[in-house]
Amino acid sequence: MQLVVTSLLNGVTYGLLLFMLSSGLTLIFSMMGVLNFAHASFYMLGAYFGYAISTKLGFWPALALSPLIVGSIGAAVERYGLRRAHATGHVSELLFTFGIAFMVEEAVRVVWGKQPVPYKIPDVLDGPLFTLYSSTFPTYKVFMMAVSLSMLGALYLALTRTRVGLVIRAALTRPDMVEALGHDVPRVFMLVFGGGSALAALAGVIGGNAFVTDPSMAASLGPIVFVVVVVGGLGSLTGAFVASLFIGIVQTFAVAVDYSVRDLGNAVGFNASAFPTVARITLSQLAPVLPYFIMVAMLVVRPRGLLGTRES
Amino acid sequence: MNVRHLVRAVGCALAASLVPAAQADVKIAYIDPLSGLMAATGEHGLHELEFAAEQINAQGGVLGQKLVIVPMDNKLSPQESLVQLKSAADQGVHYIVQGNGSSVAGALIDAVNKNNEREPDKAIVFLNYAAVDPDFTNDKCSFWHFRFDANSDMKMEALTSYMKNDKKISKVYLLNQDYQFGHQVARAAREMVAAKRPDVKIVGDELHPLAKVKDFAPYVTKIQASGADAIITGNWGSDLQLLVKAAKDANLKSEFYTYYAGVVGTPPALGDAGVERVKVVTYWNANEASAAAVPYVEGYKKKYGATADPYTGAMHVALTMLTRAMNEAKSTEPAKVAKAMEGMKMEGPFGPVEMRAADHQLIQPLFIGTFVKAEGGKYKYMADGTTDYTFRADAKFDGPATARPTTCKMQRP
Repeated sequence: MQLVVTSLLNGVTYGLLLFMLSSGLTLIFSMMGVLNFAHASFYMLGAYFGYAISTKLGFWPALALSPLIVGSIGAAVERYGLRRAHATGHVSELLFTFGIAFMVEEAVRVVWGKQPVPYKIPDVLDGPLFTLYSSTFPTYKVFMMAVSLSMLGALYLALTRTRVGLVIRAALTRPDMVEALGHDVPRVFMLVFGGGSALAALAGVIGGNAFVTDPSMAASLGPIVFVVVVVGGLGSLTGAFVASLFIGIVQTFAVAVDYSVRDLGNAVGFNASAFPTVARITLSQLAPVLPYFIMVAMLVVRPRGLLGTRES
Repeated sequence: MNVRHLVRAVGCALAASLVPAAQADVKIAYIDPLSGLMAATGEHGLHELEFAAEQINAQGGVLGQKLVIVPMDNKLSPQESLVQLKSAADQGVHYIVQGNGSSVAGALIDAVNKNNEREPDKAIVFLNYAAVDPDFTNDKCSFWHFRFDANSDMKMEALTSYMKNDKKISKVYLLNQDYQFGHQVARAAREMVAAKRPDVKIVGDELHPLAKVKDFAPYVTKIQASGADAIITGNWGSDLQLLVKAAKDANLKSEFYTYYAGVVGTPPALGDAGVERVKVVTYWNANEASAAAVPYVEGYKKKYGATADPYTGAMHVALTMLTRAMNEAKSTEPAKVAKAMEGMKMEGPFGPVEMRAADHQLIQPLFIGTFVKAEGGKYKYMADGTTDYTFRADAKFDGPATARPTTCKMQRP
């Protein structure tokens, strides 16, 4: 029981963090058709700026300032780089964001060094919040959940209750039509790109100190956000939300399961000791690759994702 | 002066400066990751190797020649390493140093063996400072390979000998990275715990992918549910840092018996989360260094910063033995030098060490250290990268106590 409840809480926390990262990517991907490889780099920049600002001004200013700075960087990247690349097609866009990802990683290395920086959780949020059976649940994780949920709420309100949100939503599904109606779609793109980067940075500020802030953090979290976007479905924030939680929880629970194909074979009555060695790999060993498996399966079975509205 | 004159002048100058230097230097290629995920570790090793070489050069080098370190980036890939090895051989390098990754070391040993068989005059000696797969000094042993780190079985032997006396331990959990080295650690732990403490139950034997897990909370939850009071792990880098962090968050009471808690980047990441909880088995503990070794530690700190810790002491031992062997052999010829290094004894920073002739495994003292907050000026040297944490030496095993039998049947040329 303890295992189930704690795993569920861990899964939800991780899922919400994933959502914060992937919400921006989903918006960018579905509006502009850009597979933004640099998205996780903005997450990393957020963490590093969060660290730099928090050593000078404290954690709370960092929480607000870092996403703003990274958001502006993101908007500038879109306005002065990506927009030009956009004109020459998807391949140049892809390569452009790919290049940005490498540049950011190298820049971070030059500025902050190759080793992890000592980005610490603020004292107020350090320590356990409540005890669950014999284990404690850290305050910081609850804080992470709270930030993600309030961000989700704010995003929802912005998209459904404001005029900009209306245009963005329209551009998600019918960009051509929105442009035909006289809206400045490139500006909307810039806004979305900047906003998406800011969201990634926010995830970085609160994720960087929960995990490790080092130059490889972007590379290690990058692929999983694509999984969320693909599984959730193009153009669907709700889909990204569901997919994030789903992947977070599946991955967490898979770790707890020690069964392998061989065990399954034994359970149903086969003499499974004759199975090849590969059947000995347990589900928990596979846990970190499970999301990619889900992505591949999703692409085969339902290419538009869980709640996607478009095929491509 | 016209262009032709200029070219000729530059050409002469180049020839004058390059040719004699190339003849009079002992080149040592350092083949390790200098870019990518493991760049920090690779760079630290390079620092220590360069420092060790400088020390020897400052005393006049060897046989009137200087040691020159040639850094080569292998991106932690075996294939890339073989390319670099080839290029090293072409440049007339006869000595290579590598340590990160047993997968790389294994490929290098095979390639060095083949190279030396085919081209004896381009023979290469492999100084391995950190790849700890026990096979390299057992079934896969080679005359051309010398290991200056204790292998993973020797380290496990020391760890389990220390654990043997801790009666509080009754349930042990094994958590390791899913590759060659992690498997070796898990296997050795299973065997040795069973032999030394049959009463101790192994309640978990888990492998997780290398450097892919971001949140260890699920693993910690599982460990908690198993009721383990000690965790044995070969994890390094972020895999260890995140594990300890998650354990602290969940208030996991178990102790960690680790291999690599002291390496670059890890002590600062452990912070308070690791205090009195993380133990490490190493051949290095700066606070225990003999008086003769103190200037070395001080010199290193002077060069690389006050919080730098020359924990890769193997570099110093390796180059010292190498130059002594050259002096003894009165030659820098690889086969003669390798022969002279066999069975060599010297005084290390923590006591006598010996390059065992039978398998080319360095027999040296090992420490069990516990990560502590350095308070009250009790400790002179801090853990790498920190100003207020250090490893308290809780136990020391002298060389002979760490030695294990070998299955090596050394083929000498």
